[in-house]
Amino acid sequence: MSAADAVAIEVAGLHAHYGDKAVLRDISLQVAAGEVMVIMGGSGSGKSTLLRHLLGLQQPTSGTVKVLGVDLGRAGRLALLQMRRRIGVAFQGGALFSSMTVGENILLPLREHTRLDDATMRIMMRLKLDFVNLPGAEDLMPAELSGGMIKRAALARAIVMDPKLVFLDEPSAGLDPVVAAGLDELILELKATGVSLVVVTHELDSAFRIADRITVLDRGEILISDTVVAVRASPNARVQALLNRRVEHARHDPDEFLRALTRAD
Amino acid sequence: MRKLAETFGRDIQAGLTELGQASVLLVEALQYTLTGSARQQPVRLSAVLAQAMDMGIRALPIVTVLSLAIGAMVAIQGIYSLGLFGAESKVTLGAALSVSREFAPLITGVLVAGRSGSALAARLGTMKINQELDALVVMGIDPVRFLVAPALLAMLLMLPLLTWFADVVGLFGAGLYITTTLGQGFPAYLADLQAALTVDDLLHGIGKSAIFAVEITLIGVVNGLGVSGGADGIGRVTTRAVVHGISAIVITDMLFAWLVIQG
Repeated sequence: MSAADAVAIEVAGLHAHYGDKAVLRDISLQVAAGEVMVIMGGSGSGKSTLLRHLLGLQQPTSGTVKVLGVDLGRAGRLALLQMRRRIGVAFQGGALFSSMTVGENILLPLREHTRLDDATMRIMMRLKLDFVNLPGAEDLMPAELSGGMIKRAALARAIVMDPKLVFLDEPSAGLDPVVAAGLDELILELKATGVSLVVVTHELDSAFRIADRITVLDRGEILISDTVVAVRASPNARVQALLNRRVEHARHDPDEFLRALTRAD
Repeated sequence: MRKLAETFGRDIQAGLTELGQASVLLVEALQYTLTGSARQQPVRLSAVLAQAMDMGIRALPIVTVLSLAIGAMVAIQGIYSLGLFGAESKVTLGAALSVSREFAPLITGVLVAGRSGSALAARLGTMKINQELDALVVMGIDPVRFLVAPALLAMLLMLPLLTWFADVVGLFGAGLYITTTLGQGFPAYLADLQAALTVDDLLHGIGKSAIFAVEITLIGVVNGLGVSGGADGIGRVTTRAVVHGISAIVITDMLFAWLVIQG
């Protein structure tokens, strides 16, 4: 195994801004091949933004992101394309193409990137549907699926090209506990096949069940990036607040607060 | 006053940005069409044909109805206005030129902007909000190649064809009114048409429709990609695509006519 293969993702000194506002500050992290890295954090912590940077959907202000050995900031179109054929992504809302059936959605990457014959592609599609426990759903339209089914269909589409690295954005958000646990099982089964996974979530139970390592983000910074045991034992108050679901009250300076209330626009 | 100037400046800047975005999209879509296969991003004929079916073939019924009505309308107004100085017999010349040079391309363009320009904006806007565009990108499928290029090619193919069809139907509609009102036989009307129309007149209209095709597609796409907010955002960009599309068509029409007549 070469060095590039041992590391699935390498982020160094990543800074990102929306306008003047810094949303990610000095993010550095590594995801080893074959591990499940969970990125956790509350709303507005920057975890979705970090995911967009890992996918090359946004350009950082500074810093580098390497995915499967490809430097996203420097790679040409063809190198990016080849890298993207080796990753799979399941977005939070599924992002299934609403004008296509579930089957066509899953077939799309195969049709676009391979020259397999149609019968073979259909077999692969049905295998993946079976893997995510949606056998026979290929002729349904995305609008006919429940929330849990959409997430599973999106996962099937993400893994149809047998990727080396899979990104999942909030795989269990908004699902009932049984369905969510089922998805966690699928993630662990995927991991067992040697796939590296990056899972963005704010569900603690799910994170502890599936993670090899956890990165906790807060206000655009990494608080800790370590094993599950180390994260649980972290002395950092903000990490513990997140783990124990403690509400952090912002403390107001009384004068500042009064000025904000009475401000004339 | 300062606020007004600021708003004005910002609107100009936004307009120029959209114009630049449209130019980039046009160049990229054409690049993919020509060299996509070599870059493993081919523009698929099946996608172009599916779009052509939707934009062109499904628009035939409404184009037929409107062209018939426009042709008859031109004949009615022509006979009335020429009748003021006793020149009714020249109505075929007037109808032939105004339908082929102006009304057929204009009415077809407006109709397609309303049907397909808005649909394109709504489709791309919905896809953007649902992260479907992001999904395409991370799958290694460039949305310009997959969505924009087929729409552009289909529009470039179908709008001129629809305009030609509108020429035929419109002149038939004019003929129906002229022959019944003036008691002229249809063969005689056709002979008059043949004498009045040149290939240049037809090409003038059809040439314009090719420019309209590019405008309608790019305006639909730029508006769709510029969507923000949720469902109301899509409503907003859809309306904007139609209004901008029709405005662009009318203004280009005027400029084109002026330029060609100068030349």
